[in-house]
Amino acid sequence: MAITVNDVEYVAKLAKLTIADEEMDGYIKKLSAILDYMQQLQEIDTNGVPLTTHVLPLENIFRKDEVKPCLPREKVLANAPDTEDGYFKVPKIF
Amino acid sequence: MTEFQTVIGLEFHAELKTKTKIFCSCPTTFAGEPNTHVCPVCLGLPGVLPVLNKRAVELAMKAGLALNCQISPFSKFDRKNYFYPDLPKAYQVTQYPLPICKSGYITVPDADGNEKNIRINRIHLEEDAGKLVHSGESITTSNYSLPDYNRAAVPLIEIVSEPDMASAEEAKAFGDKLKLILEYAGVSDVKMEQGSLRCDVNISLMPKGSDKLGTKVEIKNLNSFRAMHRAIQFEEDRQRRMIERGEKIVQETRTWDEGSGQTLSMRSKENDHDYRYFPEPDLVPTVITPEWIEAVRSELPELPDKREKRLKEECGLSYYDCAQIVATPALAFFFDEVAKIFDDKKTIANWLIGDVSRLINVAEKEYEQIPIAADDLAYLLEQAKSGAINNNSAKAVLEEMFASGKKPAEIISERGFAQISDSSALEEAVKAVIEANAKAAEDFRAGKQQAMGFLMGQVMKATKGQANPNLVKELLAKMLK
Repeated sequence: MAITVNDVEYVAKLAKLTIADEEMDGYIKKLSAILDYMQQLQEIDTNGVPLTTHVLPLENIFRKDEVKPCLPREKVLANAPDTEDGYFKVPKIF
Repeated sequence: MTEFQTVIGLEFHAELKTKTKIFCSCPTTFAGEPNTHVCPVCLGLPGVLPVLNKRAVELAMKAGLALNCQISPFSKFDRKNYFYPDLPKAYQVTQYPLPICKSGYITVPDADGNEKNIRINRIHLEEDAGKLVHSGESITTSNYSLPDYNRAAVPLIEIVSEPDMASAEEAKAFGDKLKLILEYAGVSDVKMEQGSLRCDVNISLMPKGSDKLGTKVEIKNLNSFRAMHRAIQFEEDRQRRMIERGEKIVQETRTWDEGSGQTLSMRSKENDHDYRYFPEPDLVPTVITPEWIEAVRSELPELPDKREKRLKEECGLSYYDCAQIVATPALAFFFDEVAKIFDDKKTIANWLIGDVSRLINVAEKEYEQIPIAADDLAYLLEQAKSGAINNNSAKAVLEEMFASGKKPAEIISERGFAQISDSSALEEAVKAVIEANAKAAEDFRAGKQQAMGFLMGQVMKATKGQANPNLVKELLAKMLK
């Protein structure tokens, strides 16, 4: 499958990644190879095969609506790079 | 000049009335210290396993049934991927191709007062995002932001209408009706001011009579139906002017700015495929049987349309009375309770809309906290109807019931409100009044009708207002013959 520079840039933007010019060729080749590999699935006749929505033969696994203790806040924030007054602190958004 | 037709579709997010979050056991309580209602599951820490809250599924089914939807026998969850700091996992668990409910409708009045069905495309279950506190005045002027994940993963239903509304009025009617139905069904608190009900508008214009939809714009940040109404009118105007100037409408998300009364551009809208939806592997599908649907349906109370019809037809209430009662579910449920015991429904309606509502407002209470019992009100109305107490006394008793929580029988006896309806007890008083007011009695015998009023007043005074007025009149007429 032919992947273009535009495709790679578009996907990179959605993933918030910056890709250097010299890396571009490598990404095009690797992503194309993955898509070609997956393309093989298109060759299989799937007529009459029911839609797979989950790989486990399970359904209706539920929880009761009962409150249980939460994580103490010092543990919640323990791994945060930055905090303020019990909040996580994140850099400027826009 | 071309005439344009407005096309509006609405999306509502309603927080479900569960005790716990959608995939973990953290509480859903509003407010609370920041980041204290969270656990490894709703924070999206590695290695955790979400498990679906059964109550959330049932409340979504209830909403679907109340909104005339089909409940899907098979539904599942998907991940919607986007980066935003209010989303701890960088994806939202939601339902994409297989939502829990499909194809419903709500009936609203159109511009000519006819009934119009607004179709509902789908209802899906999903998790709410957290809340951001910004360091500055607004997001763009802030140097940093502070996420609080207490609200993250609170269960939501998203209700998506078809683009069936043609005006701000129809959109508002749809919103009002939807809110009321969800409230009756007990699905959500529907408090727009607290964010438990939120609304986004999709709006476009097309030439009248055309069937080709124009480019739509999404409006967010609508905190009330009044704001929604204003935003739609502003946007109709903005888009019409643009089209008339030959400019192209851009598909984008705009935010309503209450202060300036306009919509402002936020960002160009992602296409669905930009969210890279894929099946949520940690949650298994939900299979709903007809038996389960019927069990949930049996939990639903009578809904507004049917209730209004019943009150009109069975209880003989006016359109105004019905609308007043049906608009407040707690009042409607209370009405039914009282009506089980006391059968004069017109009288119940008058008291509820009148004195009971007034006292609730004076006490600054919600209708959910009517501080009197239905059987006590029924008792009081019965006493007034039978003439055991007069109407003014009944009002005073009600006021004291609100204030002290005492039983009506107790108040009536304490304050001596019981009317004297025993003629032998009254005869004495009537006789005394006639003797003491010989002139008035003479006037009446001479044909002066006004004298009767005066004599009655004297009897009432002598009995401290407790005499049954009809009986007094009867006795006076008899004794003055």
